[in-house]
Amino acid sequence: MTNSFLMRNPSTLWFLLGLSLFTIVVTALSDAGIGVMSTSFVKTLGKTLCLCLIAVAMDVVWGYCGILSLGHFAFFGIGGYAVGMWLMYARTEGIVLDSFASQTIPPTPQEVTDAIGNQIFGVVGSSEFPMIWAFSDSLILQLLLVVLVPGVLALLFGWLAFRSRVTGVYLSILTQAMTLALALYLFQNDSGLRGNNGLSGLQNIPGFEDTPQSTISLAFFYASALAVALGYVLFAWITSGKMGSVIKAIRDNESRVRFLGYHVESYKLFVFTITAVVAAIAGALYYPQAGIINPAEIAPIASIYLAVWVAIGGRGRLYGAVIGAAFVSLLSSWFTGGGAPAIPLGFYTIQWTDWWLVLLGLSFVAVTLYAPKGIGGLFDYLVRKPS
Amino acid sequence: MTRVLLMLAMLLGFSPAAQAQDLQNLLQSHAEEIASPGRRTVGVVLDDLAGSGIPQVATFLEQWQEKNVWQGPEGLFFIATEDGDTLTLTDIDSGAQSTAPAADFTQLKPNGGVRRVIGTALVQFQLMDPDLTRRTTAVASIARRPEASQLAPLLGSIEGESDAALKARKIQLANFLSASFADDPADRIAAITSLSTDVSVEARAVLNQILSTSPGVAAQLPSDANIAQVLTPGAEISLDAAYALLVDDGLATPITTAEEIKSALAANIVDGRVGDVPVVQLNTTDNRASAYAQLAAAGTVPALVTTADRDATLADYVFFETYDEDDATITTAAKTALASVETRVAVGQAADLTLDALSLASIYFLAAIGLAITFGVMGVINMAHGEFIMMGAYTGYVVQLFVPSYTASIIIALPLAFAVTFGAGVAMERLVIRHLYHRPLETLLATFGISIALQQLAKNIFGTQARPLTSPAWLDGALVFNDVVQISYIRIAIFVLAVIFLFLILFVLKRTRLGLEVRAVTQNPGMAASMGINPDRINMLTFGLGSGIAGIAGVAIGLYAKVTSEMGADYIVQSFMTVVVGGVGNVWGTLAGASLIGFLQKGIEWLNPSNTLAAQTYMILFIILFIQFRPKGIVALKGRAAAD
Repeated sequence: MTNSFLMRNPSTLWFLLGLSLFTIVVTALSDAGIGVMSTSFVKTLGKTLCLCLIAVAMDVVWGYCGILSLGHFAFFGIGGYAVGMWLMYARTEGIVLDSFASQTIPPTPQEVTDAIGNQIFGVVGSSEFPMIWAFSDSLILQLLLVVLVPGVLALLFGWLAFRSRVTGVYLSILTQAMTLALALYLFQNDSGLRGNNGLSGLQNIPGFEDTPQSTISLAFFYASALAVALGYVLFAWITSGKMGSVIKAIRDNESRVRFLGYHVESYKLFVFTITAVVAAIAGALYYPQAGIINPAEIAPIASIYLAVWVAIGGRGRLYGAVIGAAFVSLLSSWFTGGGAPAIPLGFYTIQWTDWWLVLLGLSFVAVTLYAPKGIGGLFDYLVRKPS
Repeated sequence: MTRVLLMLAMLLGFSPAAQAQDLQNLLQSHAEEIASPGRRTVGVVLDDLAGSGIPQVATFLEQWQEKNVWQGPEGLFFIATEDGDTLTLTDIDSGAQSTAPAADFTQLKPNGGVRRVIGTALVQFQLMDPDLTRRTTAVASIARRPEASQLAPLLGSIEGESDAALKARKIQLANFLSASFADDPADRIAAITSLSTDVSVEARAVLNQILSTSPGVAAQLPSDANIAQVLTPGAEISLDAAYALLVDDGLATPITTAEEIKSALAANIVDGRVGDVPVVQLNTTDNRASAYAQLAAAGTVPALVTTADRDATLADYVFFETYDEDDATITTAAKTALASVETRVAVGQAADLTLDALSLASIYFLAAIGLAITFGVMGVINMAHGEFIMMGAYTGYVVQLFVPSYTASIIIALPLAFAVTFGAGVAMERLVIRHLYHRPLETLLATFGISIALQQLAKNIFGTQARPLTSPAWLDGALVFNDVVQISYIRIAIFVLAVIFLFLILFVLKRTRLGLEVRAVTQNPGMAASMGINPDRINMLTFGLGSGIAGIAGVAIGLYAKVTSEMGADYIVQSFMTVVVGGVGNVWGTLAGASLIGFLQKGIEWLNPSNTLAAQTYMILFIILFIQFRPKGIVALKGRAAAD
């Protein structure tokens, strides 16, 4: 079954092949191989893979189903927070237990909890564990939350929105409002998630304190690559076949699909929820590599950037989303990181750290106007040319 | 001139006869007490001086208090300033100046207590000073630190006060003072009752001062004290706070804290055990308690006091609050007065909240009205709308760089901001939006691209720090109704601007040829075109109009908030929600949406004043739910116009 599905989708096989080659090349160049690639660059690539995964999810919900969600980065952030809570708790627990070990009297469980609470919530002037940290001592439960919280949130939100037939730009604005509400909530100090300090020190994985970061970053890189591969196959499967046709039909003419007897809301809800879950998984892989998460990451603008990546890469084709996310985010870090050379104009020197966003914004307008198919559209050109 | 002086003298209560005496003689008769004054002896001197009615007394007392009075070799007093070795002397009576070597003179240095007594005595002189500013200062200093001794001079000075405003203030202040300090309880009650209509912060402070309480504890409720309320531990007073009272009074021993237990245990480890409990097992509270109990039984540490002991002890005592004021009739009157004041304050706060909400609503309305045209009427999602607001604000800032007069600059800035953003809007419509009319989602993304480009451009040109847009002086300050209800003039101006724009846009859309054509093109472009209307031109003008209004809103918002490159982004989501909540395609809808959001936000802020972020969060959640029930907004279009 899977075989035949993959056979029908050669682009998926090509993508998996490319991803495997990329992974092998990165391994060979990293410290595990000849060591010319720095650990931080391996991390950047790992993070980029996570962004590719959420871009693929975004492409499915927008490019295939026609729902321009400006809230998927919120799910990404929730995933990051869920896993970050465990990372922070477990690491702080280790530190606290170490400090208690030097005392003559062994600590009571209450003392340990209080000390951890003090360490984590001291910055927001509290030491009590909020309710939402109830499961933070268990990795398995927190990993479940990575999937469950965004899943339930997306299900609830989607059900409310689709049920009352909120579509098009209204839905975009509504999802944006949801993202803004979440970001504003997290900015509060009494949200229980350390306000605008966010969660930090996530790059230190409890239990692997002695493992060098180069090994950890490579492990996360593999995990991200695997997640992208699995996510890609999952979405390729969803968007192919009969279901894929219905989803695309909803994008093209929702009323007509409804009149044909399909329950449009269920399809939309399914796509919205599953992409939200995948986005959260991407976030859960991203933030341990980034090391820090704070509410600013969730702000509505991040979700709009996500749409920008997908649009530049090419909507309605999964590899387009991957290309867009990888291309724009790597280019962006090259430009803003000062990697791009400044251009002297005689009377004025263009510093790319200042002008990159202007370039990005304008090129985005240009892509929307002149190349609605994005970079992925080039492949059509290449494939069609020989025939 | 003489008549004026005479009248003044009479007003001040001086008899002309007394003026004949000169101050130096009077001072000489008290030379001993003045040269080395004590807090008790100085009273007699001050009474004599005050009674003498000599006009120079006030100056003398001031200088004496400031340690500027020197005693000469013959015992005469002079006001003097020291300059190296020489003194510049001023004669106390005539004011004639002379110099003398400092060595022959002694400076009078009254101590702090004496200076305070002098200060109090000075008050009555200052209260009746012919100079209005000095009288005002004196009244203000009384208001800052009211004391019982100031009541009599204050009351005495009311009669002769010539300035009406100051007289009212003196009466008010005298009222406060007599509420707190009058000798006769009936006077105090009368003063307190008269405060029940005064919502000023001062009046409330006076009443609260009278009603101040202190907690007490006893085995039996005392019958002679003026009890405010009985405190039940665990209800009106926390168990710990109640126990702390007992501990403070020496009636109980403090609870042994976990820390104390721990350090006691750590100090008494013998062979890896405390009592018979091995140290490794001391990781539970129970084991620690039992180990501690063994230590206590052996007498090495004080007995363990647990929370159970605390609760048992608490049961034996009564906790209560007594008024610091002993007279129950006065506290009852103050309580009644305060309750009445608080009702008035609550009404005032509701009014103030309404004003705040109105002003917030008008800001949202201004920010959203341009969007209501481009999004609501044309159906174009313009994410760069916020940047047009920013552009307008920066236009105002640039105009102020060139035009120094704030009033003139604002008058120039408003039409200029309109022109600039109108141009930008028309350019954007021609270059970008025109091509995307059938792809609304892509308009959203393209305009977002423009938005980030414009934002960064502004950052590159004007820098990241906030730029000021200064309002003209006549917009400074606030319209103050009382201490509770007030609104700044700038907010009133924004409100007025919002109202003007509401009617202006209604007029343009409903009463002009352009408005007719705009409505025609929105409803059916094809049909409009066949009627001889050029839809391209109309779309361009409509978009320009919406953008231009955003520019004017930018100037208004810039006056009230700071001008930064990100100011537009702060308003964009709210603006869209305003339009969506209100109902797309309808100016009244935008007004309804802005009012709803403004009032809602202020209302939530009022419920949770410490946290404006939470207010915004809940408001957005409310809006998301609201849209579930009215997907088309408050004012929904009906019929054909409502079709997507």
